[in-house]
Amino acid sequence: MSRKRRRLWVLLLCGLGLGSATALTLTAFQDNLVFFLSPSDVVAQGAPAPERAFRLGGLVEAGSLERTTAPDGRPAARFRVTDGAHTIEVTYTGVLPDLFREGQGVVTLGRLGPDGLFRASEVLARHDETYMPPEVADALKRAGHWDPAQGAAPPAGSWNRLDPARMPGRDGS
Amino acid sequence: MIPELGHFALALALALSAAQAVFGLWGAQRGEARLMAAAPPLAAGVLLAVAVSLGCLMWSFAVNDTTVMNVVQNSHSAKPMLYKLTGTWGNHEGSLVLWVFILALCGGAVALFGRDLPSRLQARVLAVLGLVTVGFLAFTLGTSNPFERVWPPPLDGQGLNPILQDPGLAFHPPLLYLGYVGYAVTYAFAIAALIEGRVDAAWGRWVRPWALAAWAFLTLGIALGSWWAYYELGWGGYWFWDPVENASLLPWLAGAALLHSAIVVEKREALKTWTVFLALLAFGLSLLGTFLVRSGVLNSVHAFANDPDRGVFILLLMMAYVGGGFALFAWRAAAMAPTGVFAPLSREGGLVLNNLLLCSIAAVVLVGTLYPMFADLLLGQKISVGPPFFNMATFPLVVPLLAAMGVGPMLPWKRARLWPVLQRLWWAALGGMAALLLALALSGWRVLPALGFAAGAWLILAAATDIADRIALFSRPRAAWARARGLPRAAWGAAVAHAGVGVTILGLAGMGLAQEKLTLMRPGDAATLAGYTYRLEGVEDVTGPNWTARRATLTVTRDGREVTVLRPERRNFPVGRMVTTEASIHTNWLVDLYAVLGEERDGGAVVRLHHNPLAPWIWLGAAIMALGGGISLSDRRMRVSAPAAKLARGQAPA
Repeated sequence: MSRKRRRLWVLLLCGLGLGSATALTLTAFQDNLVFFLSPSDVVAQGAPAPERAFRLGGLVEAGSLERTTAPDGRPAARFRVTDGAHTIEVTYTGVLPDLFREGQGVVTLGRLGPDGLFRASEVLARHDETYMPPEVADALKRAGHWDPAQGAAPPAGSWNRLDPARMPGRDGS
Repeated sequence: MIPELGHFALALALALSAAQAVFGLWGAQRGEARLMAAAPPLAAGVLLAVAVSLGCLMWSFAVNDTTVMNVVQNSHSAKPMLYKLTGTWGNHEGSLVLWVFILALCGGAVALFGRDLPSRLQARVLAVLGLVTVGFLAFTLGTSNPFERVWPPPLDGQGLNPILQDPGLAFHPPLLYLGYVGYAVTYAFAIAALIEGRVDAAWGRWVRPWALAAWAFLTLGIALGSWWAYYELGWGGYWFWDPVENASLLPWLAGAALLHSAIVVEKREALKTWTVFLALLAFGLSLLGTFLVRSGVLNSVHAFANDPDRGVFILLLMMAYVGGGFALFAWRAAAMAPTGVFAPLSREGGLVLNNLLLCSIAAVVLVGTLYPMFADLLLGQKISVGPPFFNMATFPLVVPLLAAMGVGPMLPWKRARLWPVLQRLWWAALGGMAALLLALALSGWRVLPALGFAAGAWLILAAATDIADRIALFSRPRAAWARARGLPRAAWGAAVAHAGVGVTILGLAGMGLAQEKLTLMRPGDAATLAGYTYRLEGVEDVTGPNWTARRATLTVTRDGREVTVLRPERRNFPVGRMVTTEASIHTNWLVDLYAVLGEERDGGAVVRLHHNPLAPWIWLGAAIMALGGGISLSDRRMRVSAPAAKLARGQAPA
């Protein structure tokens, strides 16, 4: 086989590989990109389609946690996620992470039903008590918990303890 | 005093490695034998200095020297000694010292084992390794000094993240770094080849052992990390497509491609530019992994303290090494004319296909890993890419890879015909089909796991066929033993490693059939999962060296006979105020019985039970892969000087 034809083969193969990798990536992206939304985002942009999973994040509203046991013995929980401006009701079947607390930042993965109830399949674990998921910090900032114009952000630990029910807006703290 | 000594040794290593880089490059360029001869002793000096530094840091941790900032932040006097020592590299600064130590170890190995290398090539390789060492030592000393003092010293340290307080910390980072840093050597060989403008079979023979060793260590490191996550995190999973896991998978994929294309360079003097490109890529992806972990762009167990300065420094280093390497490649690659000619359907062609598929998988994983970061940076969108994406995007690429893996090793060089090879493989294909049907019938028509069983059986049987064929086991069985002993170790290694992939795939397929049950149990309650009955005997308090825990006792029975007793724990670490779950696992190598203790309420305890078929095979397969790499490394022709090998072969089959 001549060198020219061999080069053609190699180029063709590379094109095929690259092309199929791109096509696969794009197709998979279309269905599997998981967006992060805060309750305000959900209200502002409208709810995503019920079959579309997304990550919902914010603070666990103080006093909203209700632990139950399903008839088959599986533990379940119901709580509200808030960013100060809006709240969304979440249900979850399974063991909550060790550091799950009312009034602290949380990120959940799941689907929002047409009834407005967010069915979480995962409640993300955190590594220590003062850690604030960056997406949640950002969502709280956008919802008005922290105005960057007024100075540096308060430490994550104190954000975690903020009681969203008593939190009228940026002048509250 | 000891920390200052360590600090000084680190600075000394910086000066020595700078000299190693300058003398090596300049001496090789000018052909000055004396300058070139200075490189190996300098490499030994760097190794010694960095070893002293690492020793000093470990000593500071061992005696819990609270005047050292790094010890204060990451250790505690109540920690067991093992975790004090391994905790040395359980943090950003200490792990960097380990990184540099292993890099220096590689430099020392090139100096020692590379005495048969042409002196110019050796000097250039050592010089490039010296350059890499300079960068990382400057990074360590400039932004992350592990020996920084604190005054007045606090009473005690703040403790180590309890998740890291596990024997896994003793092995996972060193093995992983041996893999990452091993690619620095192949990178150095590639740069040296580009400077010389020459790649030949001898170059391929020198590069392949390094590529092989780095790949084997990386395989072990990744597998150990995955196993650690499996038993320590208590989620019952083994791979989460977490960005940091992906960061270790990327150089593994590129390194596997490099390993195979280096064979073509060595045997056929073809694919030279491509092999050099892969060597640059593999190290580039290793650096990318380092950047992702240390820059604070990620949040995970692996992510060390977020410091933008460090991220920028690492990014600059990465741009210098990778950008410089690729610029040199663009400038010099044309000088390396290919000589070996082959037909598309041949062993070479099969290896090209292997490279193509491995690189496509790496590209998909890379995009999936980096896209969320870019989306955040450029579009301001908070996006995550989870396991469904990776599973869906890599699956169609893995299937042809596994199919071709069985056929490739049996194709002859230069030109092949497919039909005779397929004829020899018919019973392996039959075995795969049988596994498919059997798995479909037994698993209740679950297609994906059944496909996995078929692929695993196909790979193992194809590797066995390859060996049986080469030793003429069926055509001339009497001579088979003699032929088996005469068969090159590389052929054995390849077959063993391919079979190891098959074992891992069987494990993955088995995990596809895993079952789990989450239930609230009171003492005396029993739960049934996959034919096993778990009875909760009770939950009690236990105390460890630096933790207290609640421990459940679960008796597992099957058909009335006691199988084992599982004791999952929830540990509470007062230092650092953390709770960890300690899963309890019983394995009989065919199935893992896995229990996790959750919260306690309503007079009972939430217990999560997992039934994980073939789970240990995932890591067993990885160990077999690494073993294959080791067998291949022991091949005679890896011992560099070719005439000696010919001589030795005459004596071997006695």
